[in-house]
Amino acid sequence: MNQLVDIDYGTPAKPAAEQVSLEIDGVAVSVAAGTSLMRAAMQVGIAIPKLCATDSLEPFGSCRLCLVEIEGRRGTPSSCTTPAEAGMRVRTQSPRLAALRRGVMELYISDHPLDCLTCAANGNCELQTMAGVVGLREVRYGDAGANHLDAAKDESNPYFTYDPAKCIVCNRCVRACEEIQGSFALTIDGRGFASRVSPGQMQPFMQSECVSCGACVQACPTATLMEKSVIEKGQAERAVITTCAYCGVGCSFKAEVKGNEVVRMLPYKGGQANEGHSCVKGRFAWGYATHADRILSPMIRQTISDPWREVGWDEALAYAAGEFRRIQAEYGRNSIGGVVSSRCTNEEAYLVQKMIRAAFGNNNVDTCARVCHSPTGYGLKQTLGEAAGTQAFKSIEKSDVIMVIGANPTDGHPVFASRLKRRVRQGAKLIVIDPRRIDLVAGPHVYAQHHLKLRPGTNVAVMNALAHVVVTEGRLAEQFVQARCDTDSFEQWRQFVARPENSPEATAAVTGVPAEEVRAAARLYATGGNGAIYYGLGVTEHSQGSTTVIAIANLAMATANVGREGVGVNPLRGQNNVQGSCDMGSFPHELPGYRHISDGATRALFEQRWGVTLQAEPGLRIPNMLDAAVDGSFKGFYCQGEDIVQSDPNTQHVVAALEAMQCVVVQDLFLTETANYAHVFLPGSSFLEKDGTFTNAERRIAPVRKVMPPKAGKADWEVTMALSNALGYPMRYRHPAEIMAEIAALTPSFAGVTHERLDTLGSIQWPCNAQAPDGTPTMHVDGFVRGKGRFLITQYLPTDEKVTRRFPLLLTTGRILSQYNVGTQTRRTENLRFHDQDLLEIHPHDAEARGIADGDCAGIESRAGSTVLRAQVTERMQPGVVYTTFHFPESGANVITTDNSDWATNCPEYKVTAVEVSRVAQPSTWQKARQRFTDQQLALLVRARS
Amino acid sequence: MNVDKLIRMANQIGSFFEAMPDRPQALQDIALHIQRSWDPRMRAALLAELDSRPGTEGLTPIVGEAVRTHRKSLEGSP
Ligand code: SF4
Ligand code: SF4
Ligand code: SF4
Ligand code: FES
Repeated sequence: MNQLVDIDYGTPAKPAAEQVSLEIDGVAVSVAAGTSLMRAAMQVGIAIPKLCATDSLEPFGSCRLCLVEIEGRRGTPSSCTTPAEAGMRVRTQSPRLAALRRGVMELYISDHPLDCLTCAANGNCELQTMAGVVGLREVRYGDAGANHLDAAKDESNPYFTYDPAKCIVCNRCVRACEEIQGSFALTIDGRGFASRVSPGQMQPFMQSECVSCGACVQACPTATLMEKSVIEKGQAERAVITTCAYCGVGCSFKAEVKGNEVVRMLPYKGGQANEGHSCVKGRFAWGYATHADRILSPMIRQTISDPWREVGWDEALAYAAGEFRRIQAEYGRNSIGGVVSSRCTNEEAYLVQKMIRAAFGNNNVDTCARVCHSPTGYGLKQTLGEAAGTQAFKSIEKSDVIMVIGANPTDGHPVFASRLKRRVRQGAKLIVIDPRRIDLVAGPHVYAQHHLKLRPGTNVAVMNALAHVVVTEGRLAEQFVQARCDTDSFEQWRQFVARPENSPEATAAVTGVPAEEVRAAARLYATGGNGAIYYGLGVTEHSQGSTTVIAIANLAMATANVGREGVGVNPLRGQNNVQGSCDMGSFPHELPGYRHISDGATRALFEQRWGVTLQAEPGLRIPNMLDAAVDGSFKGFYCQGEDIVQSDPNTQHVVAALEAMQCVVVQDLFLTETANYAHVFLPGSSFLEKDGTFTNAERRIAPVRKVMPPKAGKADWEVTMALSNALGYPMRYRHPAEIMAEIAALTPSFAGVTHERLDTLGSIQWPCNAQAPDGTPTMHVDGFVRGKGRFLITQYLPTDEKVTRRFPLLLTTGRILSQYNVGTQTRRTENLRFHDQDLLEIHPHDAEARGIADGDCAGIESRAGSTVLRAQVTERMQPGVVYTTFHFPESGANVITTDNSDWATNCPEYKVTAVEVSRVAQPSTWQKARQRFTDQQLALLVRARS
Repeated sequence: MNVDKLIRMANQIGSFFEAMPDRPQALQDIALHIQRSWDPRMRAALLAELDSRPGTEGLTPIVGEAVRTHRKSLEGSP
C-alpha cells in the first residue's frame, strides 16, 4: 500500500550542482548548493516545524515556525529561506526555539476555531500537527478579542469550500495558484490582522478567474480550502497510484480510497508527466465512474427499434459472436471490423486489434486517432522516422522559444499549459499560430511575442512562409543538416521554400497574416536559442494535416531544433491513451510498433505467436468502414469505448452507416449516441476498475491500477477476451501483465517494458529496450530513427471547403477546459456547472450583420447539415470565422462538419467548414429528430429494466 | 464503395506528390501510398472505375498515370 501522506521536504529540490556538507543536530548531511536548511534537515529525517512552506512552492518565510539556530550566527533565521552552506552547524531544537515556536502557534490558534474533532481535516491538518509538535498546551488570548471565527464560507465551487475562519494566511494557496497553476486568481486582501485570502476582487470562487485546478486546495495546510468529497466522506484509508483517464498529458494521481470508494484524487508529486499538478477534470471530475447512468448488465436486441433485453454475459457474447460469424459466412470474411478505444489501456488496445486480426481474420481495425493525430503518425514517420513526439514535457524547462500551433493548451492540455506558462514567466518567448486569440496569447503574466492569426486552412502556407524566411535570410543550421539529414531531399526543399510564391509577402493574401509578423516569428524561432514546437488538432484536422506535420518537421530539422532537450516537435495528443492505442497496432495497415502489415517478417512473428495466418493487405479505416457499410459490403462492427455518432464528422452519414449494419456491438460505460444504434451492449469498465498502462503524448507508459472491482463484473480486457473465446479464438490471460509480456516480446520499442519495471521506475518513455533500458526521454539524439532526416516538399493547396456566397463563414471547432471530448464522462459530473452547452463564438461584425446578439439562438448551416446553438459574440474570433465545441450531443456540431479529410490518412477536416449563420427561433430539424430518437431509445432501455 | 469519394481521395494523394521534382518517383509514391493505405476493395473499385470510364473517370493526369503505370501493385484480392 502507498503512503497516504508523502514526505514534505518543505522547499523544492535544487538541480544537482555543487554539493555542500554541513551538520544538522549533529548529523552530517550533504546537499546540492542552494538547498534550504529545512530540506537538508528532512533529507536526514529531521522534520523542522513549518506551516507556510511546502515542497511544491518556493519558500515564503512568513510563519516563523521553522526557526533554527546556526552556530556562530546571531538570531534565529527561518530554515525554509536560509540556504545550506558548507561547514554550517545547525540546531533545530533548543528551549529558546521551543518557546518561540509555542508563541507563534499560540497566536495562530487564538484566531482559529477549536472544532478539531468535527473538522474535515482532522487527522490530516498541518496546524493541528504543529500544535502537537511544538507542545502547545494553552492559549492565553481567549476568543473574546477580534477574530474571524464567524466569517462566512464560500461554497460556490462545486468541488471545494473556502472557510475563511480557518485560514492562517500562510499564502500557500496564493503561491500555488501563481507558481504551479499560473492563473493568478488569488490574492491576500487587506493587511495585518485583517488580511484574508481573496479570489479576484473579493469574489466567490465561481465568479473569479479560478479554473478549479485544485492546486490551492492541495497546498492549504488547514481545512480552509477543502474538497467537498472529503467533507462528505471523511479521510481515506489507503492510496493507489494511477494515471488520469482524460487527456494526453497523462497526469499521475494518488487515488485516496475508503473501502471501494474514491474519497479524492490528488495529483502525485512523483508523477513525471505532471510533477504534482492536475486540472479540474482529473482531480475532480471522476464522479461519472459511479453515476447512476452506468449500464451494468449486458443487453441485446435484434433491431434498433426493439426494446433492449438484459441478459447474462455468456448469452450476450454468444449472440454477438454468432452474429459476427453469420455475417462473415454470408458476406465474406472482410465484412466485419472494429474500433479500438483510445480511452482503454494499452493491454486492452492490443487485445482488440489481436482479436480483429486473429479471430475476425481481417485488418479492419482502427482507432479514434484516425480523427485526431493520424497525420502526426504519418508525417513524423516520413520525416524523422518515428510516429511520436520527440520530447518529455520537462524538456520545456530548457526551451527559449516556444511555438504553439493549432493547439489551445490551457483548455485542452491544462497541466502542460501550466508548465509552458511557468517557462514563459521565466523569460522564454512564445509564438502562437492560431485563428483564435486563445488564452495564451494574452494571459496573466504570459503573452505571446507573436500571434499569427491565420485564416483556417492555411497552416501549410504559413509554415512554408516561415521556412522561406529561414532559408532566404541565411538562418539555416547548415552543419546540422549536412551531418544529420538527407541532403538531396534538403536541397529540393530549400529550392522549393525559397520560391517567391512561398514568401510571407506572397502568402499574406491567403493566410491573412502580415508578412512582417511572419518574418519576425521565423527569425525568433530560428535564432532565439532552443526552439520547441508544440501542436494540436488545429494542425492535423485539415485536408493538408499531414502536409503541415511534415512542414513542421522540415522547419525543426532545418534549424537544428531536434535531438536535445528544450527543442523538438511535439504533438499534444488528445485522449489519455491515443498514443498507446496507435503504438499497439490499432491502425488497419500497421502491426504493433508501427510495422506495416505487408512486412512479411513482422507478420510471421505475429503469426507464429498467435497461431493464425494474417492478411497482408491493409484493412478499412473508420471512414472507409462507414462508406463500405452504406455501400453494403460492411455489416458487423465491434465498437469499444468510442462514440462515433457524436465524435465523427458528418453525423447523418455515420448514422446511415450504422443503420445499414446488421450487428453493431458497443462496449461502453453509458448508453452513448452510438449505443442507440447498437444490437449488443457490453458494459465497459472505468479506469478505476482495472490494471494496465496508458501512454501519454510524451511516449510515457504509466501504470493504471485497480482501485475498485469492475462494476459490471468484467474489466474491458476480460470482455474482449471473452468475445474472442466466444468466436472460437482462445485467449487466456490471467492478468494484463501477461498481455504486456506478449507486447514486449513482439514489439522492439517495448522490449524492456514490464509491469514490474513500471512499478520500480514509476513510468517509462518508449523506446525501452537493451539500448535504452530505462526508456528514452529525448528522441533522435545522435541520429534520426529513420537514419537521415528526410525533407519533403510541402506545396500549399487550398482546401475544397471554400467560402461561397451561400456559405460565407468558416466554422472551426475546439475544446473547453471543463468538458472532455464528447462529454460522456464530464457531462455526468459537476463540471456541467462550468459549461453546460456548446456555444457558437462569433465576431461582433459578423453577428451584427446577421442581427445576432449575445445569447441568441443561431442557426448554422453547411452543405452537410444544420443545427442551432446559442451565440457568444466575442472579439476572440476574427471576422469571417466562427467557432464551437462538440461536448454535447444535442449541439450537433458534427452534423455540420463534412467528410473532407486529410489526403494521407483520412483524418477529417473538422477545422474548416464553410457555413452560414442566421438568427433563428427554434432547434433545427435534425435536433428535433435526434431528440425524438433519443427519447425512444431511453424508453426501450426502461423497458429492458422493467 | 462511393467511387466519387475514392477518386477525390486519390486525387488528393496525387496533389501532394505532384510537387516532387522527380516525376517517376512521384508516380511510384502515389501508387505506393494507395497500395499501403487502402483496403483491397477500395483499390478494386478505383480500378474498375478506371476500366469502365478510361480517361473520363475524373482522376487528375498524374494520378491516372500513376495508377496505370503501377496497376499491378494495386491489384489485390477484394
Ligand atoms: S483552484 Fe487553481 S485556479 Fe483556482 S484559485 Fe486554486 S490554484 Fe488558482
Ligand atoms: S487558505 Fe489555506 S493555504 Fe491559503 S492562506 Fe489560508 S490557510 Fe494558507
Ligand atoms: S491535464 Fe489531462 S491528464 Fe492531467 S488531470 Fe487534466 S485531464 Fe487529466
Ligand atoms: S515554514 Fe519557514 S517561515 Fe513558515
